[in-house]
Amino acid sequence: MVTLTAPEAPAVDVLKETTVDLAASTVRELNQAIHNAEDGQAWTVTNPGGKHSLAVGINAGIAVTIDGHAGYYAAGMHQKGDVTINGNAGVGLAENIMSGTVHVRGDASQSAAATGHGGLVVIDGNAGARCGISMKGVDIVVGGNIGHMSAFMAQAGRLVVCGDAGDALGDSIYEARIYVKGTVASLGADCIEKPLREEHLTELAELLAAAGRTDNPAHFKRYGSARNLYHFSVHNSTSY
Amino acid sequence: MCGIAALQLRNPSLHPRMGSLLSSMLCQIVDRGPDSAGLAVYNTPGLVSAGTSTLSLLGKDQGMTTAAITAGVAALLPSDAAAAAKVVGDTTLVSAAVGTDLLVKAVSEILPGSTIIGRGGHVAVMKSVGHPMEIAAEHGLEAMAGSQGLSHTRMATESAVTAGGSHPFSVADDLCLVHNGSFSNHATVRRGLKREGVVFDSENDTEVGARYVASRLKQGDTLEEALVNLGRVLDGFYTLVVTTADSMAVVRDPIACKPAIIAETDDYVAMASEYRALAGLPGINNARIFEPEPGKVYTWSL
Repeated sequence: MVTLTAPEAPAVDVLKETTVDLAASTVRELNQAIHNAEDGQAWTVTNPGGKHSLAVGINAGIAVTIDGHAGYYAAGMHQKGDVTINGNAGVGLAENIMSGTVHVRGDASQSAAATGHGGLVVIDGNAGARCGISMKGVDIVVGGNIGHMSAFMAQAGRLVVCGDAGDALGDSIYEARIYVKGTVASLGADCIEKPLREEHLTELAELLAAAGRTDNPAHFKRYGSARNLYHFSVHNSTSY
Repeated sequence: MCGIAALQLRNPSLHPRMGSLLSSMLCQIVDRGPDSAGLAVYNTPGLVSAGTSTLSLLGKDQGMTTAAITAGVAALLPSDAAAAAKVVGDTTLVSAAVGTDLLVKAVSEILPGSTIIGRGGHVAVMKSVGHPMEIAAEHGLEAMAGSQGLSHTRMATESAVTAGGSHPFSVADDLCLVHNGSFSNHATVRRGLKREGVVFDSENDTEVGARYVASRLKQGDTLEEALVNLGRVLDGFYTLVVTTADSMAVVRDPIACKPAIIAETDDYVAMASEYRALAGLPGINNARIFEPEPGKVYTWSL
């Protein structure tokens, strides 16, 4: 697991700062421009207007700031770099993120960080249903609440929730670790509460610090897989 | 996939802009359902007027002139009913200063083949097949004033692409319902309602939802209670918006498969399938923006 540190200001050359106004440019022009970008550049996107597929497929060490609300699949297929959304994000935020960071200062709709393999997704507000569905190594920190069926079939990575979790948290979970500070409406199949040991407090503190949060790790509970379902046993057939 | 955009104006000074605001919202949800569309507008001058009932009929061509429709309907109604018929876009509107039931009876006699797609004292309903923005332009949405507006762009799944299958479904006075999703047990619920004497216009699943809500309201449910009951009886995926003469409701199925986002300010409540439809509304940067919780009924009254 990658050790996380508090976020530092990206090494950005201010002379290379570029603004793309989506009232004047198309989403395709924006995405092509940031695909051609070089490490260290800073990009600002204005007037996003909830458009879909903003800042997707970034493959360079750049910082992209979206000033406003983003639509579906913002920062999807994120390979590298840092994306900040000064607003809300629609369905499928940072879907399949591989590394780097994606930070939403508002709320995110459903399926945030779905299938993410790595990197860090921070949502300051609430996340909708299915947050971290099928997560495969991504770390997710949510400042508010998460909706139902979050971390469904989660395979690896860590999900931190500073508010409450909706129904069926961690249903059919494999090996991800889930930390929730507030209440859990219900746990999904094969997801159980587990002891919060020293190593968990340590990694939780790292994750919270990386997300710029000051919550006390000791106030969280840990949830994970009971490992009863993921090796098929005919005796469990009614539980699937 | 379908698109929904709905607007309830709390500040009367925005009423003159209802059509242009709804049109700007509709423009952003076209991609979600480009095959057909429908509109419902409330208290729009020129379409409805106080003290009269208005019926919205599907299609501009009813097989006779508006003058002939007016004369035919007037002959069946009291002499002071001031019956009038006009064509707006692809919709025929018939109005008279009588109760809705009486007007329905008269219109059904004069135009037995017509489909009534809207009824009441406050609402006009317009729907057609084709590109939603062309349908809106044909009906002159941009210039319409009003207190509430509801629009829907359809990507048909449960029944054919026809004007009659377009939303909104308006099956009781001033009641409209639009739906993104699909009801899986609509045939069963339809059979139950038919046994109770409810008559259907189409094979559409959403019409079952609308007829069910109308049936519950008739039995004394509040709008909120009717939608809670709908959640108990109808199975499937749905985000629904329901409007009445002075209120608007939003509900999503308990799994929340279909999107919805709401923006609320002192001046309006707006609901859309996606935020981009709300992005152009006045004061949106200071609006309270949230996604409705699964299975929870939200209502707002003017």
